[in-house]
Amino acid sequence: MLRLEKRPQPSTFWNWATPVLAVGLTMIAGGILFAALGKDPFAAIKMIFWDPLFNPQFAAYSRPQLLVKAGPLILIAVGLAIGFRAGIWNIGAEGQYIIGALCGAAVALAFFPSPGWYIFPLMVLAGAFGGWAWAMIPAILKTRFNTNEILVSLLLVYVAEKILAAMATGRMRNPDGAGFPGSRNIAQYPAAANPELIAGSGMHWGVVAAFIAVIFGYIMLHKHILGFQVQLAGQAPRAARFAGVAPARLVVLCLGFSGALAGLAGLFEVAGPARMISIDFNVGYGFTAIIVAFLGRLHPVGILLAGLLMALTYIGGELAQFMLGLPSASIQVFQGMLLFFLLALDVLSNYRIRRSRSEVA
Amino acid sequence: MTTPLLAIEGITKAYPGVVANSDVSFDIGKGEIHALLGENGAGKSTLVKAIYGLVRPDAGHMRWRGKTFIPAAPHEARAAGVAMVFQHFSLFDALDVAENVALGMDNPPPLRRLAAQIRKVSNDYGLPLDPGQLVGDLSAGQRQRVEIVRCLLQDPHLLIMDEPTSVLTPQEVETLFRTLRQLRSEGRSILYISHKLEEIRTLCDKATVLRLGKVVGRCDPREKTARELAEMMVGTKLHQPERPPHSPGDVLLEVKGLNLRSPSAFGTSLKDVAIKVHAGEILGIGGVAGNGQDELLAALSGELRAPAGAVCVRGETIGHMGPNARRALGLLCAPEERLGHAAAPEMSLTENALLTGAWRQKLVSRGFVNWTKARGFAEAVIKRFDVRTPGAHIVARALSGGNLQKFVIGREILQRPEVLVVNQPTWGVDAAAAAAIRQALMDLAQGGAAVVVISQDLDELLEISDSFAALNAGRLTAKRPVRGLTLEQIGLMLGGADEDSDAAA
Repeated sequence: MLRLEKRPQPSTFWNWATPVLAVGLTMIAGGILFAALGKDPFAAIKMIFWDPLFNPQFAAYSRPQLLVKAGPLILIAVGLAIGFRAGIWNIGAEGQYIIGALCGAAVALAFFPSPGWYIFPLMVLAGAFGGWAWAMIPAILKTRFNTNEILVSLLLVYVAEKILAAMATGRMRNPDGAGFPGSRNIAQYPAAANPELIAGSGMHWGVVAAFIAVIFGYIMLHKHILGFQVQLAGQAPRAARFAGVAPARLVVLCLGFSGALAGLAGLFEVAGPARMISIDFNVGYGFTAIIVAFLGRLHPVGILLAGLLMALTYIGGELAQFMLGLPSASIQVFQGMLLFFLLALDVLSNYRIRRSRSEVA
Repeated sequence: MTTPLLAIEGITKAYPGVVANSDVSFDIGKGEIHALLGENGAGKSTLVKAIYGLVRPDAGHMRWRGKTFIPAAPHEARAAGVAMVFQHFSLFDALDVAENVALGMDNPPPLRRLAAQIRKVSNDYGLPLDPGQLVGDLSAGQRQRVEIVRCLLQDPHLLIMDEPTSVLTPQEVETLFRTLRQLRSEGRSILYISHKLEEIRTLCDKATVLRLGKVVGRCDPREKTARELAEMMVGTKLHQPERPPHSPGDVLLEVKGLNLRSPSAFGTSLKDVAIKVHAGEILGIGGVAGNGQDELLAALSGELRAPAGAVCVRGETIGHMGPNARRALGLLCAPEERLGHAAAPEMSLTENALLTGAWRQKLVSRGFVNWTKARGFAEAVIKRFDVRTPGAHIVARALSGGNLQKFVIGREILQRPEVLVVNQPTWGVDAAAAAAIRQALMDLAQGGAAVVVISQDLDELLEISDSFAALNAGRLTAKRPVRGLTLEQIGLMLGGADEDSDAAA
C-alpha cells in the first residue's frame, strides 16, 4: 500500500522540480488529447513549444509575441503572488485589468489630439489607479463586512466586462469610426502610444514594467519586513497578529498592489498591442496570470520563467490552431491541465510517498 | 503472587527513524494502580496503544490472565476488559451525556435504560452526572466523568488513564482519586500515566519508568521522593530551580479594571481584571484552561486592544497599543500555543526569531530585514537555551515540543524584557527542559524584570512564584503571597472564592 508521510522539512528540490514535472506531464496528457482529436501528438507538441521560437518560417512573427504576451502575464502574476502568499485571493485581476485600461484610455481620449510629454505618464498613473480602485471594492467589503474576496473580485470581472462593452459602444466610441464599436486607435496617437521600444523584440513599456515588478517583488518578499509579514499572515494568521501584523491593513495593501499592477498591464496593453478599447479587449490575461503565479511558485523569478512559458503556449497554441486545425478550446484545456498537474504534484514538496504494510492506527 | 492480570513481555515497536518501545516488560497485578512514568517521547503512548489494540507491536507478546493477548483493534481489547480514558476527550458538545456514552459503546442499550445505568454507576463511584445534560455545558472535570463512566459501564478489569489530572482542579483531583481507590478495592486494575510525580506517590502501588523506549526502573513510588522519581525518569541529576532571597522593586506592570469581550464564541470574556507586578516579582496565575488565560495573554500582548488606561507599563498607559509598540516599551509575551501562535510552523527558526525580535533586536532597518543579524539572534537563542536542532535554518515544526518551547521562551528572554508574560511555559515539555525554562524565568526576575506566569500546573506555580492569583470565568482573584498558602486556599481561589481582597505584595 502506498502512503503519504509528512516530511520533517519541506523539500526544496521538489519545490522547484514539481513545475518541471508538471510541464512534462501536461505534454504527455496533452499529446493524448491531441491524438484523440486525430492529430499527430508529436507534431502538435512541437508546434506549441518549439516552432514559435525556432522554426524559421514562424519565428520572425512569433518571437516578439513572446514578450508581448508574457509582459502582462508577469506583471499581473507578481501582484497576485504577493496576495496569494498572504492568503488573500484576488481572482478578479481580469476586471482590474479592464478598468485600468479604461481609465488609461480615458486620459488619452480626453487629451486627443494635443501633443504633450505628460500625457503618457498621466495615463500610466490613471491605469494603476483604475486597477487599484477596482480592487479596493473587494478589499473594503472584506475588511468592513467580512465578505469573501474570491467571490467579490471574481464577480466584479463580469461587471467590468459590461462597463467595457458600454464604453466601447458608447462614451469611448470613435466619433470618426463610422459607428463601429471601439475607440480611436491610441497606438497611433503619438503622445499616448506605448510603442515597441526595440524593433522586432516585442519589448514595450509594459514589459519593462513587468521586469521592474519582478525585481521589486523579489526585494519586497525576501528582503523587506513587509514581505515577511505577508508570508507570516498567509502561513500562520495567529502568529502574524502576535507579530503585530494588522490583517485589515494587509488585505488593503495586497489587493491594492495586485489591482494596481493589473491596471497597469491593462493600460500598457490598450495603448500598445491592443491599440484601442474594444468589446473583446480582454483576452483572459488576468485569469491565466493565476496559473502563472502558481507555476512560478509565487516567487517573482519563477513567475518570470512561468510567464514566458505560458506565453509560449498561447503563441504555439494559435499556431497549432492555424496549421493543424486544433480547436481553440483544446489549448485552454492544455493550460488548465498545467495548473491541475502542478497543484496535484505539489503534495510532493511536503510529503513523501512510502510503501508500507497496512497498520491499524 | 498469582498470575498477573496483564503481563507484558518484550514489547518492541519501531517507527521509521525511532524505536518507540524496545523490549518492554512489566506486569500489572489484579487490584493494582500501576504508574507508567516517563518523559515525552519515552514511549508511554505507543505502549498503551498496543495494549488497547491501536498499534500492533513488532515483537514481544502480552498475556491476559495467562492467555496470549494480541488485540488487533480496540473493540477486541474492550471485549477482554480493557478500557481507556484518553487525555483528549472524544465527546460531542451538541449531544447530551447519555448519547455521548452510547456513541462510545460497542452495543449500547436503549437510551432510557442507559440513562438509568449512567445515573447508578456515576453515583456509586462518586462521580454524579445528569445523563440528560448537554456535554457542551459541562466543565472539563465533568467531561472527564463522562469518559470514565463510559468506561465503567463496560465493567472493565483494566482501566488505562492517560494524564487524567491535567485539566482538573485540586478538589476534582481528590474526587477522582477517591473513585480510583474505590475501583482498586473492587479488584480492578488501573494503568495510570502521568508526569505529576506527587500524584503518583499518593495514588499508585507500583511504578514502571520508561526512558527512550526502554524500562529503566521499577519501584514502589510511595517509598521514593518526587525528586528520585524525576531523576529515574530523566536519567541524570535534576537541576532544582532556585533563587536567592530578594525584595520587590517598583511596580512595572499594572492592569486595572480590564474588561474585554472575547473575540471567539467559545472564549471567556475578561471581567474587571486587576494585576500589579513589581520588579523582581514572579506572579503565578493559576486556573483551569478556558477561564480566560488566552484572552488575558492577548490583552497583555496587544493582540486584543483595551482602553489605554487599563494596562500600564512603568506608569505609561499602553492598553490601546499594538504588539510591537508594547515590545518597544519592554513588555514581551510568549503565548501557550507554540505552533501557529508563538511560532510559524513552516518557517525557519531564523524567520521565527524575526517574528518578535524584529524591532527590539534591531533586525530591521528602514524596513529592510538584516537576515544575517536575524540568523545571529536565532543562533544566540539556540546556544543560550540549549535548543537541540541542526541549525537555525530548520523549520519550527521539525523541533520537538520542548525544544521549540525553549526557543520561544528564550527568544523573549534574550530581548531583555522589563515585563515578561508567559502562558503555559512548560506544557508538554520534558522535565529537564522544564527545569531549564523555570530557572531562566527566575533568573530574569532576579535581574529586575516583572514576570507573569500563567499556568495550569500548580506545582510549577508554587515552585517559582512569589505571589499567586487565580483566573475563574474571566475574573482574577486578588493575588496572595505564595509563602504560607495552603493547597486548600488555592483550591478555593481556583473555584472563584476571594474572601480577602486586599492583596499583600
